[in-house]
Amino acid sequence: MEEIALVDTYQVRPGDFRTAGEAAASIKRKLKQLGINSAVLRRISVASYEAELNLIIHSFGGSLTMEMTPVELRLYSRDIGPGIADVDKAMEEGYSTASEEARDLGFGAGMGLPNMRRNADAFRIQSKVGKGTTIEMCFALQPAAEGSR
Amino acid sequence: MKVQDLMEILSARCLTCQANLEAEVSCGYACDLLSWVLAHGRKGMAWATVQTHLNVIAVAVLMEMACVILVEGVLPEEATLRKAEEEGLAILSSDKTAYELCGLMAKAGVLPPEA
Repeated sequence: MEEIALVDTYQVRPGDFRTAGEAAASIKRKLKQLGINSAVLRRISVASYEAELNLIIHSFGGSLTMEMTPVELRLYSRDIGPGIADVDKAMEEGYSTASEEARDLGFGAGMGLPNMRRNADAFRIQSKVGKGTTIEMCFALQPAAEGSR
Repeated sequence: MKVQDLMEILSARCLTCQANLEAEVSCGYACDLLSWVLAHGRKGMAWATVQTHLNVIAVAVLMEMACVILVEGVLPEEATLRKAEEEGLAILSSDKTAYELCGLMAKAGVLPPEA
């Protein structure tokens, strides 16, 4: 049976730029205490921050959940809408539907989803207009270079 | 090179009292798009920007940067400064443009982030 060592969920409110990054910072703090390899931690930090920002910029509200097992860390971003009409387009670098307000703050570069995919070892996105979006990311906690064991 | 050495090279002043000026500067960067910075941010980076809101601190702390350099005399919002103080992050301020500041950093041997 799979052993999940840690589960944590953070609610993210839409449009709340003032608290943006708090969930990602909290995730990072916890994982740092657990002594996670710093290169992996950096990738998890970028991906969780981007996911949190996407929830703030685009969603009607959602949550960020991390799940840790002895071998990997999983990050889930789930929201209650509005959903992405063209996921392939959204995955393109530079494509963004962010508001003027978000752009003024330096967001909306169209790098959020590509940054997540680049930093995660496995990335999956599912979206349905009118339903919402779920993103699942996995990060291996053991360096792959050590070979099979 | 430490943050305090960089301040001297750039003739910049530090706006945060609690900052760690002994932090080692590993590389330099200039950009105002936060997602872009997240993609290229590194530990120990000195980051020049005109952005002054709270999320600048969130990104800099997440990336474990050495300092943020606010260019062309832009001033940070009150909440931004407070957050930086809390985190012990150095916010430098200069009247020079990002272009000039990067020129000075490059001349002093500060490298761009590794790809």
